[in-house]
Amino acid sequence: MSDTPVNPVDGLLRMERMPHIWCGGCGIGTSVNCFARAVDKAGIDHEHLHVVSGIGCTGRVAGYVNVDSFHTTHGRAIPFATGLSLSRPDSKVVVYSGDGDLTAIGGNHFIHAARRNIDMTVICVNNFTYGMTGGQVTPTTPYSAKASTTPYGNYEHTFNLPNLADSCGAQFVARWTVYHVRQLTRSMTKALKIKGFSFIEVIAPCPTLYQRRNKLGDGVMALQYYKDQSTIQNGADTADVGLSFQSDLIVGEFVERENLTFMEGYEKRMKEILGDGFVPYKGAK
Amino acid sequence: MKADSSAVLTGMHFIDGNEACGEGAIAAGCRFVAGYPITPSTEVVEQIARRFPKIGGMFIQMEDEIASSICFQGAVWAGLKAMTVTSGPGISLMMEHVGLAAITECPSVFVNVQRGGPSTGLPTLPAQQDVMQARWGSHGDYEVIALAPSSPQECFDHVITCFNLAEKYRCPVFFMMDETVGHMLGKVKIPPADEIEVVERVYTKRPPGEYLPYKIYDGDQPEMVRVGMGHRIHSTGLTHDERGYPDMNAEAQDKMVRRLCSKITDHVDEISIAESDQVEGSDVTIVSYGITARVVAYAVDLLREQGLKVGRVRLVTLWPFNEKLIKDVAQNTKAIIVAEMNLGQMVYEVERVVAGKVPVHLIGHAGGAMIELQTIMDKIKEVAS
Repeated sequence: MSDTPVNPVDGLLRMERMPHIWCGGCGIGTSVNCFARAVDKAGIDHEHLHVVSGIGCTGRVAGYVNVDSFHTTHGRAIPFATGLSLSRPDSKVVVYSGDGDLTAIGGNHFIHAARRNIDMTVICVNNFTYGMTGGQVTPTTPYSAKASTTPYGNYEHTFNLPNLADSCGAQFVARWTVYHVRQLTRSMTKALKIKGFSFIEVIAPCPTLYQRRNKLGDGVMALQYYKDQSTIQNGADTADVGLSFQSDLIVGEFVERENLTFMEGYEKRMKEILGDGFVPYKGAK
Repeated sequence: MKADSSAVLTGMHFIDGNEACGEGAIAAGCRFVAGYPITPSTEVVEQIARRFPKIGGMFIQMEDEIASSICFQGAVWAGLKAMTVTSGPGISLMMEHVGLAAITECPSVFVNVQRGGPSTGLPTLPAQQDVMQARWGSHGDYEVIALAPSSPQECFDHVITCFNLAEKYRCPVFFMMDETVGHMLGKVKIPPADEIEVVERVYTKRPPGEYLPYKIYDGDQPEMVRVGMGHRIHSTGLTHDERGYPDMNAEAQDKMVRRLCSKITDHVDEISIAESDQVEGSDVTIVSYGITARVVAYAVDLLREQGLKVGRVRLVTLWPFNEKLIKDVAQNTKAIIVAEMNLGQMVYEVERVVAGKVPVHLIGHAGGAMIELQTIMDKIKEVAS
């Protein structure tokens, strides 16, 4: 019907695939809504946007965005995106996946893509658990939090993801919760415009598994926690933004720097050494 | 289509199989390689790393073989011809992405310069122990194509065949070299570019909205697409429908997997390359492939001079297995010997097809050295007598 209001993010979603698989109160959908708005604000033409995911709940994002999109293997979205990004220098490649996928099985690829400064934006929805497989412990699950594989509470040390990305050389590092939709949208917009490796951690609730198992209430209660206990500290030293169980959350844009991207470094070196004998890589014509 | 003349090193060369493989990939149009150093394959990527900056290619040394085996698939979807190169432990790590290439129908070339295994095994010594792994190594039902070269010249020629087959059949294609053929120096003739047949990727001409990435319109292959064409494709490693969207039930699985297999098994005659020599009326026929086939050919020549009636079959294409060829051999010889640098892999496939019609023997050892000429001659004489 012509007078039916159209949702402004419909254009970036595969509406024929709705309803999505995410649970009520899950934060992934909120982050996708922010992402769709950010793509619009950044003025990125959808034909030149490619989204790559790994496996897991957040790994399903690639299946719902209406752009050329790839749902790859567990942990390996980043190396796939590396080949795609290098070979499509005129496109923006976004890796959208979860904490287990990107930082456990995919941790090696994460640090190396950041180190190489591959031109891509990595969005990590951190819900502190493997949702798709039923709520197991991940490298970001806080100490003492319960997961199905840590029934007596987690006893491992955790990753501080902004610090990890920062120490590997990421050009842009931000963290927001899904309560901070405007700030998150702004940071996503910024990240999409940055050349090189940018990273955004999105703290999000998993009401079905993480919240329930740890008696933290539903998605609304998670948002209340994010609202009450978040402090915005743009430019904070990423060494100071580590998280613990239901601790205060430091959010904001922590890092902005400008180094040569992988491709810029490659071209600079080859021109110096090979001179006119160098034929730059243009990727696919 | 013909090869790109600006990149082909036309002329006579004295190079090893690894270098020849690198040059062959360049001639085939490969312009993106992701790899990780591993003996005895490393010279292939070293050659690529030297040459690519001068011809507009991109080599990236990834953090491991897992990354390499999916990085190049990203480049394929971008619109490039691409490959990865490895050996034993590396190809084991890559198996998940062989499955990804199979289910997403990504034209993929995996070069495996085989060494002795299992595990770290024999990094600097040859074997042909990965033949069954190439066929069955990733989980699930699927088909692959695999070729085994016997000389540096064939390392050049047949890596081109691999790229051409990958484009035609949209599947993982293995180039099953081994340490000996990889490090063997030999005369390699690189023809003029206009004499090198190269299969270019054919992209769909259907406009956005009228194209589904996994629908069969004509023939039995879906029409290829790359990013940025406006189709907004979705590619997934999940069981999917014609749109490429996840469709997870028994019917969709059966339909998809059967097609992934039949699109190759229905074309064995077109895919298969083999040599068959004096099989008819022979007392014994010896079947071999790769570097082993060179020793076998010499052994057979010497025994024929002694008056023995020996047939010889060399498989260049290992997979899909040419059942018809081996059935014909079984009709025309009295016994079959399979010679391979492993404790028996292809011999099972031969036994399966021969089905007891004639006796099937194995000459094999666990890798580390080529099979000795004398060992082959002794066995042929024993079986023929």
